[in-house]
Amino acid sequence: MVEESTKSRRNGVVYVVDGCRTPFLKARTTPGPFTASDLAVATCKTLLLRQPFKPSDLDEVITGCMMPSPDEANISRIIALRLGCGKKVPAWTVQRNCASGLQAIDNAYQDIAMGRHNLVLAGGTEAMSHAPVLLNEDMTAWLGQWFAARSLTDRLKLIPQIKLRYFKPIIALLHGLSDPLVGLSMGQTAENVAYRFGITREEMDAFSVQSHQRLAAAIDGGLIPEVEPIFDNTGKVYQADDGLRRDSTVEKLAKLQPFFDKKFGMVTAANSSQVTDGAAYVILASEEAVKRFNLPVMAKIVDVEWAALEPEQMGLGPAHAIPPILQRQKLSLNDIDCMEINEAFAAQVLGCIKAWEDADYCKEQLGLSKPLGKLSEDKLNIDGGAIAMGHPIGASGARVLLHTIEVLKRKNAKYGIASLCIGGGQGGAMLVERVTGVE
Amino acid sequence: MEQQNYKNWHLTTDEKNILWVTFDRADSSVNSLNREVLEEFEHILNDIQQGKLKPAAMIIKSGKTNGFIAGADIQQFTKITDVNEAFDLVRKGQLVFDKLANLPITTVSMIEGFCMGGGTEMSLACKYRVAEDGNKTRIGLPEILLGIHPGWGGTVRLVQLIGPAKAMDIMLTGRALPARTAAKLGVIDAAVPKRQLERAARYYALEKPARKPLHWMSKVSNLPFMRPVLGYMLRRVVETRETPRNPLQQLNILFNRNLEIKTTPEQYPAPFAMINLWVEDGANGEKAYINEAKSVGKLLLTNTSRNLVRVFNLQDRLKSMAKNVDFKPQHVHVIGAGTMGGDIAAWCAVRGLTVTLQDREPKFLTGAIKRANKLFKDRFKLPREAQAAMDRLIPDVDGMGIAKADVIIEAIYENLEAKQALFADLEKRAKPTAILATNTSSIPLDEISTALKDPSRLVGIHFFNPVAKMQLVEVVQSDKTNKAVVDKAMAFVRKIDRLPLPVKSSPGFLVNRILMPYLNEAMIMLDEGISPTAIDRAAVEFGMPMGPIELADTVGLDVCLSVAKNLSGHFGGKIPLRLQQLVEAGKLGRKTDAGFYTYKNGRPIKPAMPKTGVNTSALADRMIGKMLDEAQKCLKEGVVADADLLDVGMIFGTGFAPFRGGPMQYLKTQQAQMPLVVETAPCCDTHEDKVKDTVA
Repeated sequence: MVEESTKSRRNGVVYVVDGCRTPFLKARTTPGPFTASDLAVATCKTLLLRQPFKPSDLDEVITGCMMPSPDEANISRIIALRLGCGKKVPAWTVQRNCASGLQAIDNAYQDIAMGRHNLVLAGGTEAMSHAPVLLNEDMTAWLGQWFAARSLTDRLKLIPQIKLRYFKPIIALLHGLSDPLVGLSMGQTAENVAYRFGITREEMDAFSVQSHQRLAAAIDGGLIPEVEPIFDNTGKVYQADDGLRRDSTVEKLAKLQPFFDKKFGMVTAANSSQVTDGAAYVILASEEAVKRFNLPVMAKIVDVEWAALEPEQMGLGPAHAIPPILQRQKLSLNDIDCMEINEAFAAQVLGCIKAWEDADYCKEQLGLSKPLGKLSEDKLNIDGGAIAMGHPIGASGARVLLHTIEVLKRKNAKYGIASLCIGGGQGGAMLVERVTGVE
Repeated sequence: MEQQNYKNWHLTTDEKNILWVTFDRADSSVNSLNREVLEEFEHILNDIQQGKLKPAAMIIKSGKTNGFIAGADIQQFTKITDVNEAFDLVRKGQLVFDKLANLPITTVSMIEGFCMGGGTEMSLACKYRVAEDGNKTRIGLPEILLGIHPGWGGTVRLVQLIGPAKAMDIMLTGRALPARTAAKLGVIDAAVPKRQLERAARYYALEKPARKPLHWMSKVSNLPFMRPVLGYMLRRVVETRETPRNPLQQLNILFNRNLEIKTTPEQYPAPFAMINLWVEDGANGEKAYINEAKSVGKLLLTNTSRNLVRVFNLQDRLKSMAKNVDFKPQHVHVIGAGTMGGDIAAWCAVRGLTVTLQDREPKFLTGAIKRANKLFKDRFKLPREAQAAMDRLIPDVDGMGIAKADVIIEAIYENLEAKQALFADLEKRAKPTAILATNTSSIPLDEISTALKDPSRLVGIHFFNPVAKMQLVEVVQSDKTNKAVVDKAMAFVRKIDRLPLPVKSSPGFLVNRILMPYLNEAMIMLDEGISPTAIDRAAVEFGMPMGPIELADTVGLDVCLSVAKNLSGHFGGKIPLRLQQLVEAGKLGRKTDAGFYTYKNGRPIKPAMPKTGVNTSALADRMIGKMLDEAQKCLKEGVVADADLLDVGMIFGTGFAPFRGGPMQYLKTQQAQMPLVVETAPCCDTHEDKVKDTVA
């Protein structure tokens, strides 16, 4: 009861006190060296080690993850236990497709703001290279009969019933990256956005090359301090995002064939985000926890918005999620010092920018009386994005938020927004303000 | 029902008329078997035999929470000096277990925790055995490690139960089996979780299920004309200390005459005696039991057994060094991820501690992480246990663990200035209660601690290579070291299940200082033109686990040279010429595939023994003599508190012939000019999980 009363007196401000992520590792032909929980544990071990509190002082652990392995049911609890948080720290797993990591942080934010908790580890992890290959329904049904068969003759009778098509596998990754209701792959929704705003192949490729160049410059300049090295079981160390192509040029990218709309499309593998393994986490704290453990403060969370739109246009999600935040907080696009829009596809990020400049779109779709305005290029994804480093579905939300905060710190700026488009037709955005202590 | 009261046994009868016999030794926290306990037990058996008690079945269990039965109280045998007396004592216990085996009712042994030696033999005399499938359950017959073999029917009943091959393997290695392994081998009938244990015991007691008959191979191998063949095979395995894993390796052991003989019946008589018993009697009939008792009676009086029991007791002494110290370290920080630092970190993670491992850059950690992962995979059967150990080991380039650690161990390169700078920094950042330790093997503590504001905080925790195998850890103190810090360091060493040996900070400490003159002498003999093969052979015949030349190659000649220089700087003595030449030529031993020997696939290619003119025992005397001289000097200088600790240190630190009881014991034996009696036992690197309180 005493607990309750102290909690209800809180002012509800939620601080980001620390965070880190793994290098993002591009999925090659075989499953990578880390499972989703391995990635989360490797990075959070380092994160928790540098905290003045014990892992068991956490009130809960929330993880966004879309494709945990069959051995990772409620992967967040597995991660919490492997981290040595102890059996008394509850943990749960959330899914909001490409924004699962941001969803986890939003949930932690809510729990702290409500006064339920003081100290929460939240983020996301994904090992896309470990996405399973599944048996189809016909095969599953046949196997069910096989296991139920009691005698050898029963089984022998089943053998001729098996058909070649039963052996056709289901590639879970491809299904996960498709919208089952509108029958489009994510890449095809990006083609829709490009078509709607007249975005050219050249614009997409130029944007992609810039993403690689910006990431390369950031890595070389030591501007991604949130990446901590991780070691696999053979002792190999991974220190930087390995999907980066420093040799990327517009000319080279122009040679690639479209991947989703074969032949006449524009979205290629190179102007899309990469299939990647990675994890990113932040620690959120109440004012009470900041004071109790004397925690350094990086930022406070100001506002969150989740928006939804046609699944066929899912890439425009951020264009829908960000304006309501600006309206509520009485800010203009210019007031935002740093913007991260997750680069699922070059076409989709460019689409968001064009949507805000488009008077019709702003009026009809966003309900704005005038265009939102032009987003300056030197505020958007200034250290590159998912096209260069990859998009581990569950982790990206936490990555964009964490990096937004790092950029604010570097520039000693005030406001930052981290946002993502979400497969299925949604957008999510979070506004943070840089503060260095409790108010 | 009214039942007689016993001091060490409690009897209750349940509603199914099962008699539950609970062993709860009154005068001890551990159940071990002595004369009084067995007499009471025999009384219970008599009551059943004579119909005074009429239970439907009997279940034996332990009243202790720490385990079932630790074995016979070994101390009662150490005072016997007469063979007949020894035989009588053994035979008496045998007859009690005979009575148990011949009861007209079903008997079940219900095992939780350790079940060793006599406890296992009691269980084998029951009709059925069930055990808790838990971390603490260990079932074994470790008598061989004490220079004897099972004497209460174990060598007979185990062979009858599971066949000679598996039984001999268990008894010759003396290894302790986890419950599931014991069930798989047929030693017990079921390994079940605690929640099922009583139900399982009742099931066997009342249902009396038939047991699967022995495999036909086991029956064939026990036939009179087969036994000598297998006996020969087993003797070869024992004397070469090889572990054949497939038929090809078995053939190699049988027919390859070049394999080195490492153990002789003179040194370790027990395994050979046990093999002979089986070959003679085939674990069959009354005679087999009587011969078993006779053989144990003889073995109990050998010097080997006496020495091994003494070492066993001394090991206990080391174990209880920090028993009452209130220090429970949870987090260890290791600085320096080289061979020693990395392996210390990995071992601490194996033992359940959180470990942060620091080095300057991630790339310097990769080798340590790789070796750690291999260690975890080798040690843990379940992948999730290996994963948990890996999760406990945290690479920590930034040294964030320093502020959190309870114990900080420095294992960087041997450079005084670097160590001083490091410790000055550590003192500022570490918790005030944290232990600051150095793993240095050559720099005096007092030189390092000048960098500290509080020099009394610095203690040496000196591990031996390979860390996961070597049980001894020297806990080094100088005059300045705080006594409480030393105690805590020893408590930490116990926490990671190593044996702490307190020594004074003087050059080489104890183990290396005594070992080095021996190695040096061997290398000087080499300079004199004596064959390295002969030198190594001489040491192995003496009872060392490996010859000095091969050992030097294994340690690394660069390491040897630097230790030799360091020690000769303090104590005089010359540096062997060939050693210097090889180091200059970059031939550093096993790690470069060339040193005194050349290596192929990690095995040395040794030149042939000279046909004539080699007196190996004279060579051994010369090398060991140097060791004994240095040991006496160490005692005189007070490097170690007493001769017992010196002996146990050399045995667990270098593998000094355990059957000889250590250097000082050997010296004593020689001075008394008593002819050496000999013993058996595959050295003393006993399995760490084994319960060693009492055995037999």
